[in-house]
Amino acid sequence: MPSLLTLAPSLLTLARVGKTYDDGTPALAGIDAEIARSSFVSLVGPSGCGKSTLLRIAAGLTRASEGEVRWQNGARPANLGFVFQDATLMPWARVFDNVWLPLKLQGIARKAAEPRIMAALSRVGLAERADAFPRELSGGMRMRVSIARALVTDPPILLMDEPFAALDEFTREKLDDDLLTLWRDHGLTILFVTHSVYESVYLSQRVLVMGTKPGRIIEEVAIEAAYPRTAFRESASFHAACRAVSSALRKGVPA
Amino acid sequence: MISARAPFLRTQLLRIAVPLAVGVGVLIAWEGLVRFYQVPTFLLPAPTAIWQAFAANADNLMLSLWVTLRITLAAFALAVAGGVGLAVLFSQNRLTEMALFPYAVVLQVTPVVAIAPLILIWVGLDHAERALLILAWIVAFFPMLSNTTLGLRSADHNLRDLYKLYGASRWQTLTELQLPSALPYILAGMKISGGLALIGAVVAEFVAGSGTSTGLAWRIIESANRLQIAKMFAALFLLSGLGIAIFFALTLLEHLTLRRWHESAVKREI
Repeated sequence: MPSLLTLAPSLLTLARVGKTYDDGTPALAGIDAEIARSSFVSLVGPSGCGKSTLLRIAAGLTRASEGEVRWQNGARPANLGFVFQDATLMPWARVFDNVWLPLKLQGIARKAAEPRIMAALSRVGLAERADAFPRELSGGMRMRVSIARALVTDPPILLMDEPFAALDEFTREKLDDDLLTLWRDHGLTILFVTHSVYESVYLSQRVLVMGTKPGRIIEEVAIEAAYPRTAFRESASFHAACRAVSSALRKGVPA
Repeated sequence: MISARAPFLRTQLLRIAVPLAVGVGVLIAWEGLVRFYQVPTFLLPAPTAIWQAFAANADNLMLSLWVTLRITLAAFALAVAGGVGLAVLFSQNRLTEMALFPYAVVLQVTPVVAIAPLILIWVGLDHAERALLILAWIVAFFPMLSNTTLGLRSADHNLRDLYKLYGASRWQTLTELQLPSALPYILAGMKISGGLALIGAVVAEFVAGSGTSTGLAWRIIESANRLQIAKMFAALFLLSGLGIAIFFALTLLEHLTLRRWHESAVKREI
């Protein structure tokens, strides 16, 4: 059956991806997923289900034991953006230099990179703090710097590993909204790992629900609501979608 | 702001004034007790007698201070260069680390006093200064090696992944991630090493114990043999002063290098 996905070829395809750790523990088995260009997809699952490992496999940081990771243009893009759970900034470098890092490693001089660095910082609302050291910023601001660093290469895809999990509820909601704005304004493609059902439903167009032992995708929930979703968050359909994801989650955990 | 700053300044002032007052008090009491009980100079000279001995032998003692300082600084510089250099080599090649690290430990645990005669013979008795340099280096080297090794390994794992993701070369990862991460460890190692280089230089000179070396340790031996206890004290004070100066210089270096970003150097509001 031809679907929309086959009409718009997916940017990233995971085909029968499996991972067995060196000690023989199966971590992931038979993962199939397609991430279409300009889509927002969440991976939600209980801790230990391998969702971070899956993201690392997609990024090329961990090797899959089985299956394959296919990119639309063949090779893994060298400029993909990755955001960790912690801001993961270099404490000895100013905000500006932290954002410069991906470009610097590609051999782009500080001066030449400056417009792109400042543009990335403006996108996350931190252009004024370019000279600050990371420790002078709040947790939310550090996370914004981390996102600016991921965006500075104009990445075809942003892989985010529970990026806001360590932040307070208020900051998290603010960053969720800002991320959606970035995504819509710049046509980004985002694969977002979270353990929060609410966050996954609020943010994404598709929620891939994972189960454990071994980690696998047990259900896919499509969230049809239009953006911006501030009203959606208060609606009955939002809660219905959350319930659907929650019950799928419960199915995935062996008693 | 002023009200918040005033107690801070007062604390800083007290931090200097209190130990200074204790020192002066001890000197006065020392002077008084020695005079009152008429303690013989060869047992315990009064501070004024020590000062006189210093003034009378200033040229001789300052020359010895210079000799000891030169050996200490040279040994320290070689220990920093060698320790950091070898640690970098270890971080790049695990096999080298496996092969050499145990021998670095052997070098560390063997008492320097025990190897001193051997080193003296090897470099030739008429090159005592070279032997002192080698011995002081042996003592100062290991803290640099082990601290830097630990520091290079302590780079944040996610940052390492990030460097890998963006295709960083080994050289970029080393110079832009591992070495800055290791900097606090390297500076802590330098504080230990600086003091040890001085101790090493003095111990080595005691063991060498011949007239060809002319550092402060030799002045102490010489004064003791001649029962010039006041001069011996003067040399001792110079040694302590040198050790304190090295420690403060390295503490200042650490503060200036890390104050902007490292947790250890950051003042917190209470």
